[in-house]
Amino acid sequence: MATEIKHEMVKIIVANTEFEVPSNLTIMKALEYLGWRLDRGVGCRGGFCGACSTIYRLQGDHRLYTGLACATKVEKGMLIAQIPISPANKKQYNIEALKAEPSTMLEFYPEIARCISCNTCTKACPMDIEVMDYVQAALRGDIADAAQISFDCIMCGLCATRCPAEISQFNVGILARRLYGRYIAPKYKQIEKRVKEVEKGTYDAEIDKMMKADKNAIAKLYNARVREED
Amino acid sequence: MTEKIAYYPGCTATSYAKYMDSTTRAVMKEYDIDLVELTRWTCCGTFFGLVDDNLTSQLAPIRNMIRTKEDGFNQVTTTCSMCYNTLKRANLLFKNDEEKAMRLNAFMYEEEDYEGDVEVLHLLDIIKEKIGIDKLRGKIVNPLKGLKIAPYYGCTLLRPTEVSVDENSERPTILSDLIFALGGEAVEDPYMTECCGSYLTVKDKHLVADRTNKILSSMTRKDVDLVMVSCPLCQFNLDARQKEAKELNPSFKEIPIVYFTQLMALALGKDPKELGFGEHKINPTPVLKKRKLLGTALKVPVKAKK
Repeated sequence: MATEIKHEMVKIIVANTEFEVPSNLTIMKALEYLGWRLDRGVGCRGGFCGACSTIYRLQGDHRLYTGLACATKVEKGMLIAQIPISPANKKQYNIEALKAEPSTMLEFYPEIARCISCNTCTKACPMDIEVMDYVQAALRGDIADAAQISFDCIMCGLCATRCPAEISQFNVGILARRLYGRYIAPKYKQIEKRVKEVEKGTYDAEIDKMMKADKNAIAKLYNARVREED
Repeated sequence: MTEKIAYYPGCTATSYAKYMDSTTRAVMKEYDIDLVELTRWTCCGTFFGLVDDNLTSQLAPIRNMIRTKEDGFNQVTTTCSMCYNTLKRANLLFKNDEEKAMRLNAFMYEEEDYEGDVEVLHLLDIIKEKIGIDKLRGKIVNPLKGLKIAPYYGCTLLRPTEVSVDENSERPTILSDLIFALGGEAVEDPYMTECCGSYLTVKDKHLVADRTNKILSSMTRKDVDLVMVSCPLCQFNLDARQKEAKELNPSFKEIPIVYFTQLMALALGKDPKELGFGEHKINPTPVLKKRKLLGTALKVPVKAKK
């Protein structure tokens, strides 16, 4: 006989209306529990796509919190609003025509010079990225640092909605990462060599052999593989 | 024994004028001072915000004080006069105004509370207080003999008086002292503490060209070989705006502008090719060559004069 698991119910406020939902749900699941069909503000449901930016307040707390609806649990008295899209300043560029110079970041996003180091962007980030630090790195032309620090960005846009200097941080970050990948990151010669070998068909026979092999033979091959240190 | 001091490079030294950073580090190493760059740092704030009831402009400098503490230091140094001025004045405001200090800490609730216990030093403070003229001279292998250098302070190193690196902010000698210690000849000029025009260079470069013309013409009349500065913005303005100054005054004479750490590195026998002289609009190499300062440096330091 299946045991019925009873969950504590909590009151949340969505669209200015109070609802009761089980306390173990995420904000996204709670909305669906209430019968909402989510067309916008929903994506991967795994905390990776950045589509479900949400702002909320908690009872008796003056702070405005931010989070991903798919990765934030409901709490008692939560006052919730979803942000379907973050209108952002997004520049068009041909990465092949750019140069990775200290001035490149400022050229496309001169507003980064308005950063007052208030750190509000960092507080808003659901990925715990030091957003202010990468904006500051971009400001001083350190593209590599900006790319490195912003690496985990999922482009949810919460930083940009909170910035008093009206910077679109996530677009600044992706420009840094693109410049880094195209011009600064070390190029691995062995990968280029291997790609050429693959294209030439050097490994075709071996792959054919593996495709026909049985599971045990593949497991044996896998366990005996030689791999580089991480 | 090597002394470690927290180092705040500032944006110019890490982007457009990397020679500022490399020569600063090289010079300090000679004197057993290890500059430890802050693990995290933000813009200094660029200029000290004078608006009394708006503390947002103090967030950036005070946050850098917090970063200094995070790295376990009570002193932080910078070679840029603009950064020095902004950091030091914000720090003083924090120390002297309890209510503002409280508000700043409250706003930065995600950080450890700052207690105002960091000291901001300009690199010149370190040269004067921690190294001292005698020790400074003891390492000179390429004395800048015969080189006539005009010191130029600009504003941020000296004003307001409470942040001045020299006891006498109206008639400072700290740069001249340094020049003499390096074996050069300091040629002081009444314009050495005038403003170069600062950020107006962005909005009105002709205004800065006018300042450049006045300041540098007064110095070139004294037949100086080059001008030594301690601020990246003075460096840029006085160097880059000579083109416009020439348009303004046909008899204007070009003169190289160099950073004090470049000259120190030269006097310490560092490879002149690696001091960034080629990055200036007016290259100081010809005049240094004329004064025979680009040859092989001595192996043994020149003994300090009694």
